[in-house]
Amino acid sequence: MLGRMTNTTTPPLHGYGELDRLMGLMTGDEKHGPAATSTLDVLWVLYDRVLRVSPATAGSPGRDRFLLSKGHGPMAYYAVLAARGFFDEELLSDFGAYDSPLGHHPDRLLVPGAEIGSGSLGHGLPLAVGSVLGLRAQGLTEPRVWVLTGDAELDEGSNHDAIAYAGPAGLEQLNTVVIDNASATYARPGGIAARFEAAGWSASTVDGRDHDALYAAFTAPHPGRPHAVIARVAPGR
Amino acid sequence: MDTMRDRFIATTTRLLDEDPRIAVVLAEISRDGFGPAERAHPHRVVNVGIREQLLIGAGAGMALTGMRPVMHTFASFLVERPFEQVKLDLGHQGVGGVLVSAGASYDWPAGGFTHMAPGDVALLDTLDGWTVHVPGHPDEAETLLRRSVRGDGRVYVRLSLQSNRAARAVGGPGFETVRRGDGGGVVIAVGPMLDNVLEATEGLDVTVLYATTVRPFDAASLRRAAGAHGTTGVVLVEPFLAGTSTAAANDALTDLPHRILGLGVGRSELRRYGQMPDHLVAHGLDPRSLRQRITGFLHP
Repeated sequence: MLGRMTNTTTPPLHGYGELDRLMGLMTGDEKHGPAATSTLDVLWVLYDRVLRVSPATAGSPGRDRFLLSKGHGPMAYYAVLAARGFFDEELLSDFGAYDSPLGHHPDRLLVPGAEIGSGSLGHGLPLAVGSVLGLRAQGLTEPRVWVLTGDAELDEGSNHDAIAYAGPAGLEQLNTVVIDNASATYARPGGIAARFEAAGWSASTVDGRDHDALYAAFTAPHPGRPHAVIARVAPGR
Repeated sequence: MDTMRDRFIATTTRLLDEDPRIAVVLAEISRDGFGPAERAHPHRVVNVGIREQLLIGAGAGMALTGMRPVMHTFASFLVERPFEQVKLDLGHQGVGGVLVSAGASYDWPAGGFTHMAPGDVALLDTLDGWTVHVPGHPDEAETLLRRSVRGDGRVYVRLSLQSNRAARAVGGPGFETVRRGDGGGVVIAVGPMLDNVLEATEGLDVTVLYATTVRPFDAASLRRAAGAHGTTGVVLVEPFLAGTSTAAANDALTDLPHRILGLGVGRSELRRYGQMPDHLVAHGLDPRSLRQRITGFLHP
């Protein structure tokens, strides 16, 4: 039995300091570039210190799942997966090429370690809800399911289907991290956390670049409730 | 007699007892019927409220963990409203599931167009890899449901209040030859249209094929029925949008001279209420209208 805070992943092939170099192997894309970096620190802390999954356990029923719902800007995601050894960094330089497994939106059937294919916004949270339900139905109450969304992605009504259901259903295994780079056209200060809390979730808002603050928020207990972490980063980043 | 939907609930309730892989996902519709199953299997009978995007997304998420989800509501809210979830959460993610609809095209005419889904099968035809079952009797629905749930693929089971008087053996996936003619043409009756087609073609020289599994389309049976004669006339009689299977029939006969007439539900909104027989007449799917249209096209 794994302890809740035990990280059983294998040591990374590359550390945080090499992520810039790994991202540099991919061709820049003006539309996706800034969004990619907004997720980098969150992704690193999750894969380095929180998620109990490694290349060796990527097919294990008891693994933690990470679902990248905001599929736009997957370069940081690919860099972190390569750093953790899910695939060879050589793949990065062919990013977006015809025969590359790494597209501008990830495809779970092509990318080793990717739990879902994404790109169309608003699909990750409902899939994460279902993943928790499926694990629970099989008696797997230890694995946690994480989903990453963007603040503007929460415009999509399908997220609110999932948020409004998961709170009252008490899906404790469900965790969401919202990358808040103030990209939603219509937003109110504090509105994101308030919406999760109104639906019965535990929620905390932290600096999305502060690794220790992210780790503390990611690992805060939330008995009987799903958990949302709003990770604030500079607008446009 | 019980309805196909009654039989779906009873059959799936038993399947939940037999197979721990099966989960039922509901969006309030039929929740009462699944009450005993929900109490017996609280983690495998999940009601997500009136949230059809989540109905499909959550079912697909369960499939990602290895479960076999059975997702159910009215056809319009199962296929049309969350169509992108059907396309991406199941198809693009590469997972399977069983969609079981009620309501069909004209089950509740007094409910109006919001509760009619004549275009459901045509919509699924834009996607790859779907099996589509259209049972014509509750017994057939049970057989096809059991087969669907046992597999791993993406399956749509279209249930209706319209039913033929007697069930037929739906043993294989292919079309069944119900009446054999001598070169006068082929009529394919889909699911609950069989009784009306048999009455309409009484005494005519036509071959009648009965189709309960329409996707994949049984090209081999149609070719066998059509092949022995010169230019073959084919009439499709479907309980959904007219012409839904015309392209599939055309593909089956691509190297043979043929003519195809696709009969089914009209594209334009009737904006009428009433009862199912009224709507069958309005769409030309009653036996008398069918006989006129079939003889006018085939001249058997």
